[in-house]
Amino acid sequence: MNEAPESYAAAAEVAVVRKRRGRLERIWLALKKAPVSAWFGLIVLSAYIVVALFAPLLAPYGEAEIFPAPFGPWEEAHRFGTDQIGRDIFTRLIYGARNTMGIAFVTTLLSFAIGGGLGLVAAINRSWLDQILSRAVDVLMAIPSLIFALMLLSIFGSTVTSLIVIIAILDSTRVFRLTRAVAINVVVMDYVEAAKLRGEKIGWIMRREILPNIMPPLIAEFGLRFSFVFLTIAALSFLGVGIQPPTADWGSMVRENASLIQFAQYDIKAGLTPLLPAAAIALLTVAVNFVVDWFLHTSSGLKDEH
Amino acid sequence: MHPVLATILKRLGLGVATLFVVSAIIFSSISLLPGDFGEAVLGQAATTETVAAFRKELGLDKPAPVRYLDWVSSVLKGDFGTSFSGRAASGVDRSRSVAELIAPRLKNTLFLAGVTAIIAVPLALLIGLTAALYRNSLYDRGVNALTLTTISMPEFFVAYILILLLSSLWPVFPSLANVDASTEFGERLRRIALPAITLTLVIVAHMMRMTRAAIINLLASPYIEMALLKGASRSEVILKHALPNAWAPIATVIAFNLAYLVVGVVVVEVVFVYPGIGQLMVDSVTARDTPVVQACALIFASTYIVLNLIADVIGIVTNPRLLHPR
Repeated sequence: MNEAPESYAAAAEVAVVRKRRGRLERIWLALKKAPVSAWFGLIVLSAYIVVALFAPLLAPYGEAEIFPAPFGPWEEAHRFGTDQIGRDIFTRLIYGARNTMGIAFVTTLLSFAIGGGLGLVAAINRSWLDQILSRAVDVLMAIPSLIFALMLLSIFGSTVTSLIVIIAILDSTRVFRLTRAVAINVVVMDYVEAAKLRGEKIGWIMRREILPNIMPPLIAEFGLRFSFVFLTIAALSFLGVGIQPPTADWGSMVRENASLIQFAQYDIKAGLTPLLPAAAIALLTVAVNFVVDWFLHTSSGLKDEH
Repeated sequence: MHPVLATILKRLGLGVATLFVVSAIIFSSISLLPGDFGEAVLGQAATTETVAAFRKELGLDKPAPVRYLDWVSSVLKGDFGTSFSGRAASGVDRSRSVAELIAPRLKNTLFLAGVTAIIAVPLALLIGLTAALYRNSLYDRGVNALTLTTISMPEFFVAYILILLLSSLWPVFPSLANVDASTEFGERLRRIALPAITLTLVIVAHMMRMTRAAIINLLASPYIEMALLKGASRSEVILKHALPNAWAPIATVIAFNLAYLVVGVVVVEVVFVYPGIGQLMVDSVTARDTPVVQACALIFASTYIVLNLIADVIGIVTNPRLLHPR
C-alpha cells in the first residue's frame, strides 16, 4: 500500500544523475554548441581527408594517365576537361588532395617534432642552450621564409625530401617560440619541481609533466601552421620549384593550366579550370582557420571582444 | 644619455648584428653546393682545367673567412659577382654581372611595391580605424568576413580571379604586366594595375585586421575609460588619448606588411610576368644560378630586416613612457 520507498537517501537519487559523460558524448555536446562556421570547417576538412585517403578508389583514371586530346573541354568522360598534355583534371584534383595535403601534413609533423622538442628543452634548461637556440631562431626569422626556402631549394634541388626538410626547419622556428613561451609558465610549477627532485629524466618531465599542460595552444598552432605550410608548398609548386611533375599537385596545376584563362570569353568553363585547384587550396585554408578559431574559443575561453 | 637614444642605439646595433649573421648564412650557401657543380654549370664537355679555373674565379681555393670578407667588401661596392648562366665548357664567358641583371628589375619591383603601398596603407588604416570605432556593427562584421576570406586565399588565386574578371571577361586591364625602360608612366600604371590590386587586396586585409585589433586593445584600457568618465568627447579620446599609444603598434603593422609585400611580390610577379626581382629570383632558382639567387636573397632579407628595424625605432620614438622619463 505504500509505494514510496521506506527510507529516502539523497545519494541514491543523485547517483542516478551523476553518471559520468563519455568522451563521445562530451565531443557531441561541444559540437552541438559549435557555430555554423566550425561545422562548415569540420565538414569540409573531413571531406578532404576522405578524398585524400581514398584517392585511387575515387579517381576515374590513373594519376598520370594521358589521353589524346590536350586541353579538352568539360564533358562526360572528363568532368573538368584535360590539361596541357591530356591528363584528366578531375583525377589530378583528387590525387592532388592526397599529395599536397600529405606532404604538408608530414612537414608540419616534422616541424613540430623539431620546434616543439627544442622549445621544451630550452624552457626546462634555461641556460646557454636556451640562449643559443633563441638567438639562432631570431636570426632565422629575420629572413622571410619563402625567400630562404627559394635559396635553399636552389642549392639542394627541388625534391620532395628536401622540400619537406627545408620547410619543416624554417617553420619550426615559430613552433619553437610558441612552445618555449607557454612551457616556461609551466616549468616553474611545483609539480615539475617535485618531478625533478624525484630524479625524473628530462624526457619524462617533457612528456608527462609539461606537454599535457600546454596541449591546447599547441593543437591550435598545429592547425595554423598546417595551413601556412600548405600555402607555402602550394606557392613554391606554383612557382615551379616545389613538387615536381608528374606528381599531381594543386599549386603546379594552377600554373600548368593558367593559359586557359584567356579563353574565358568563349568558354567560361575553360576559364574556370585553372581556378579549380586554386579554389581547392583556398577552401581548405578557410576550413582549417574556422576550426582552429572555434577550438581556441572553446578550449581557452579566448575572446575577441573586451 | 637620453634613454630614448640609448634604446635606439641598442636596437640599431642588434639590427646590424642580425644583418651580419644573415649575410654570412647567405654567403655560406655557396659552399653547400655539391662538389661537382662546376661541371654542372660549365656542361659535360668541361675539362678539368676549365673547372679548376672556374673554381679559382669563385675563390673556392681560399679559406672561407677570407672569401666572406672579399664578398662583403665587393657587395658593399655594389658588385655581386657574375651570373652562372652563359658560361660554356670552352671557357668562353658570355655571362653578365649580377648587378647589371638586377638593377633594372629592382627598379621595377620598387615601383610596383611603392604604388601598392601608396594605395594600401591609407586604405587599411581608414578601414581598420572605422571598423574598431563601430565594432560589432554590420559594417565591422562584413569587413571582417571579407578580409578573413582574402587572407585565406593564396595570392595566385586572387590574381587569377582578377585576371578572369578584369582582363578576360571584361577586358579593362592587360593580364600581362610586361613593362620595359621605354614604357611611359601612364601606360606603366595601367599595366601594373592588376598586380597592384592583387597585392593591395592581400595586404589591406592583414593591415586592417591588425590595426583594428591594436585600437580595440587600447580602447579597453582603464585610462581610456577614465578619459570617457572625465567627459572627454569621442574624437578627443581617440586623438589625444588613444592615438599616442597606438602609433607604435600601427607603425609595426605597416612595416610588417610592407615586409610581407617583399614576399608577396615574388608570386605576383610570376603570375603577371612582371620583370621584377622576384621573378628573376625564381628563374635563377630553377636554373640553379647561385650568385643571382644569393644577391636577390640578400636584397629581400635586408629590406625585411631594415623595415622591421624602422618599425621598432618608430615604436621607441613615439612611446610616451620613454619620452617623458621620471
